[in-house]
Amino acid sequence: MSALHLENITKSFGDNAILKGITLQAEAGEFIALVGPSGCGKSTLLRIVAGLEQATTGSVKAGGRELTVLPAAERNVAMVFQSYALYPHLTAGQNIAVPLAMRQLSRLGRTPLLGALAPGQKEIRKTIQGQVAEMARALKIEHLLDRKPGQMSGGQRQRVALARAMVRRPSLFLMDEPLSNLDANLRVHARGEIVDLHRRAGVPTLYVTHDQAEALSMADRVAVMIGGNLLQLASPEAIYEDPRHIEVARFLGQPRINSVESRVGADGRIAFGPVTLQPREALAPGSTVTLAIRPEHVGVVPRAASGPAMGLPGQAERLEFLGSEVIVSVRLDGMGEGMLAKLSPAEAQRISTGMPVAVLPEPERMLVFAATGERLEAELASETVRESVHG
Amino acid sequence: MTAAPFTLGRAFRLGLLILGALVFLAPYIFMVSTSGKAQSEIFTSSLSLIPDRFYFVENFAKAFSRVSMPQLLWNGVVVCALILVFQVVIAVPCAYALAKLKFPAAKLMMALVMLGLLVPIHATALPLYVAFDRLSVLNSYVALVAPFSISVFGIFLFLQFFRAMPDDLIHAARLDGMSELGIVARVIVPNAWPAVTAFAIFSVVAHWNDLYWPLIVVSNQAYATPPLGLLYFRAAEAGDDYGALMAATLIITLPLVAAFLLAQKRFVEGITMTGLKG
Repeated sequence: MSALHLENITKSFGDNAILKGITLQAEAGEFIALVGPSGCGKSTLLRIVAGLEQATTGSVKAGGRELTVLPAAERNVAMVFQSYALYPHLTAGQNIAVPLAMRQLSRLGRTPLLGALAPGQKEIRKTIQGQVAEMARALKIEHLLDRKPGQMSGGQRQRVALARAMVRRPSLFLMDEPLSNLDANLRVHARGEIVDLHRRAGVPTLYVTHDQAEALSMADRVAVMIGGNLLQLASPEAIYEDPRHIEVARFLGQPRINSVESRVGADGRIAFGPVTLQPREALAPGSTVTLAIRPEHVGVVPRAASGPAMGLPGQAERLEFLGSEVIVSVRLDGMGEGMLAKLSPAEAQRISTGMPVAVLPEPERMLVFAATGERLEAELASETVRESVHG
Repeated sequence: MTAAPFTLGRAFRLGLLILGALVFLAPYIFMVSTSGKAQSEIFTSSLSLIPDRFYFVENFAKAFSRVSMPQLLWNGVVVCALILVFQVVIAVPCAYALAKLKFPAAKLMMALVMLGLLVPIHATALPLYVAFDRLSVLNSYVALVAPFSISVFGIFLFLQFFRAMPDDLIHAARLDGMSELGIVARVIVPNAWPAVTAFAIFSVVAHWNDLYWPLIVVSNQAYATPPLGLLYFRAAEAGDDYGALMAATLIITLPLVAAFLLAQKRFVEGITMTGLKG
């Protein structure tokens, strides 16, 4: 029994399909990042899981419980919003206490003024105070409990929002871009904190983000959503190294993966410069495929130093120094294609703008995708080092 | 702007503003002045702002003794308070539903609200009068309050304000376990005070000063609102005793003036806030 089971969720507004059949399972205590460009439907999916929106078809189950028809209040799901959504008229402490009070106090006990008269409410209020204080200690926000959201910084509000979500020990945790309103330094710091908190609480978490660095660094598994489809759900390593779809490969990785259109040759092989690949399943000669390779798997050397006609000839167009690495853009001769390479500063020292260079892709790192975008398995057929590439 | 130099242009602008203020204040000032004059002085041909002989005490005594002024003021307070309470209690949930909930008839209801804004009380006065007569509730607080308990203007004003409230706040409240009514009471209203204040000003001023509707449904002095009482006072008691009449007028306008002066800052805040957001 999985902690969260989404079965074929679809959502459309009129003719506009936002989600096109999402199926996803999360194990107990798992941290899943939903990542994709804006408008891919990831936030809508999160809202459907929370019960804030109704799916057109499909079902949501958590811990064996059918949630699809339950209202949001009864799902025992907690959510952290991008805007934090703290109640502006309540102090931080009162904000954190709201979900507890709504669940533990009776209807009479919650009423202002009259609440004090209801029997047994005093003890409950006291335990709530205790739980709030404990949560505040865990998140180091004790000094903020008496402040209102308007008197806090973005980072402080974000912690209070986390505390409010975690304090009632939900069965599922949803986060909708909780870090995107923080400045860059704070964001990296908060990433680590959320991962620590998640590990301690052990509650399965769905984390929506458009930031691939957040998704890859925080999650146990990453789900890439594009255009309303869940294209791949896998560990961060697998999804980066072994993307099953060209869109996944393009979305993840900074700078973007290099991709080149190519055609299957008469012999059923795909040639790219000195590299020839043999697809595992036979492809019709002449059909279009896309070859892709990540910039860190591309080498660039000055052409004079590389011996006669090794690699793909080109011109270094631009060098971007990023501290630990240098991004080199190369325009390939005769092909009109640009290619990016990620080099160490030492490697890049030998290259300058405008210089004729040779591009050396690592052949075993080349990925082949069909015209539909699906990944094709291919093996390295041969590497004809000395063959000239022109034409 | 730091202490602007007293230039000719600035003096001109200030002078213009002062002149405007005087024009608007003149009737009120004249009323205050008249309420302090003796009958004989009012009817002299000379016009002076400061009374020759201060007659305030006598005029106010007359105003208090001839009509039951406490009763009038109390009626005014009761009617205005009841109207305001009903209007807010009804308009806030309506506006919340129209602003934040999705339901099939929302568009139609929105259109009805807009339509309601266009129909003045004068158009519905006769049917309402007949209905109240059949129900024999004329001459009662019910007749004074009921027609105004649903304020389309209130729904519209709150609607604009609630639309600007973030959806996430309401989503968070739902996930925290609140019912829709709970959301209205615990999240919407505590954050809508500026709108409620602004609406309260419009409502209280309109209904405290309203003469038209009380004149139609009330003929018994016991339920007369302040403006209506004033009318009785003039017709039955004062005749041409303008000094006493002005004193009575001063008394019934005083609560609003005092309330405005005391809460001036909040009033302006409320109006500008809803104005900007709308």
